[in-house]
Amino acid sequence: MRARIALVAALALALLAPKAGAAEQASLTEIEKQVMCPVCGTLLQLAESPQAQRERVFINRLIDEGKSEAEIKDALEAEYGDEVLALPPDSGFSLSAYVVPILALLIAAAALAIGVLRWRRAGGGSDGDDGSMRPPAPSERDSERLDADLARYDL
Amino acid sequence: MLAVVGLLVFGLAIKGSSGLAVGDPVPTAAMPVLEGDGSQSLAGYRGRWVLVNFWASWCPPCRAEASALEDFQRQYGGPRFAVLGIDTRDLSEDGRDFVEEFDLSYPQLRDGDGDVSHDFGTTGLPESFLVDPAGKLRLHAPGAVDEDYLNEAVAPLLPKEES
Repeated sequence: MRARIALVAALALALLAPKAGAAEQASLTEIEKQVMCPVCGTLLQLAESPQAQRERVFINRLIDEGKSEAEIKDALEAEYGDEVLALPPDSGFSLSAYVVPILALLIAAAALAIGVLRWRRAGGGSDGDDGSMRPPAPSERDSERLDADLARYDL
Repeated sequence: MLAVVGLLVFGLAIKGSSGLAVGDPVPTAAMPVLEGDGSQSLAGYRGRWVLVNFWASWCPPCRAEASALEDFQRQYGGPRFAVLGIDTRDLSEDGRDFVEEFDLSYPQLRDGDGDVSHDFGTTGLPESFLVDPAGKLRLHAPGAVDEDYLNEAVAPLLPKEES
């Protein structure tokens, strides 16, 4: 019985161990790519202003304190507001940053599909009754000329 | 399509707000107090003259003017007038260190996301706005102020102390 308990405990530890290790330590280089320098209006990664330097000092201090990437981003948001995040949060009014482009794309696709359907129904681009693409029939005069031309050749 | 256009117009309207003109009422959004808990707004200063000074600890001209503002507050501050500092787009701890370093005695609010600074139409830091007791702008000073400016441009507008 004890052996079984020890085995289960060992398995549980083995399963939990990688998870604990997966909590990667935050790095300034990674966070710099995800947050803005609010005064400069650029990614922190590209900013060299005095404010950007203070922001880096702040991030490094939180890294030294063992804070995770998410915790550091939360702390930056508490200091500077949500404009410090390079990607807007997916909640509240900021959600429109994600929803509006998708909606615009869907509306444009629907409008295009409706337009093509109407054009097809109106017989656009075809002369045949069955909707197939055919060249226009020659006029009576053209037919007579064609017959006359063909008659001059002994085929 | 109309929704998209409407959203774009809304965004432009928000971003395109211009600065305040003399005589305009100043924004009265509440801001957290830099040192301590709670929040305050300029509405709480109605009935007093207020020299609103936007600053940040990382801004060298803000450091240059801090002592002059403190001297002015010590000389003129009272029930009829106050300097009010607004630490904008700054780390709160850096802001508190700045206040301690220059021994600033006047009240300080925090505008971390810069929204209030934007509502005032600031174009840089530091900038100062003299607000009258009715909450209207009377004087705008972009850039750092010094003792001469404060004594020559601001002091004459303030009410004389009753003897």
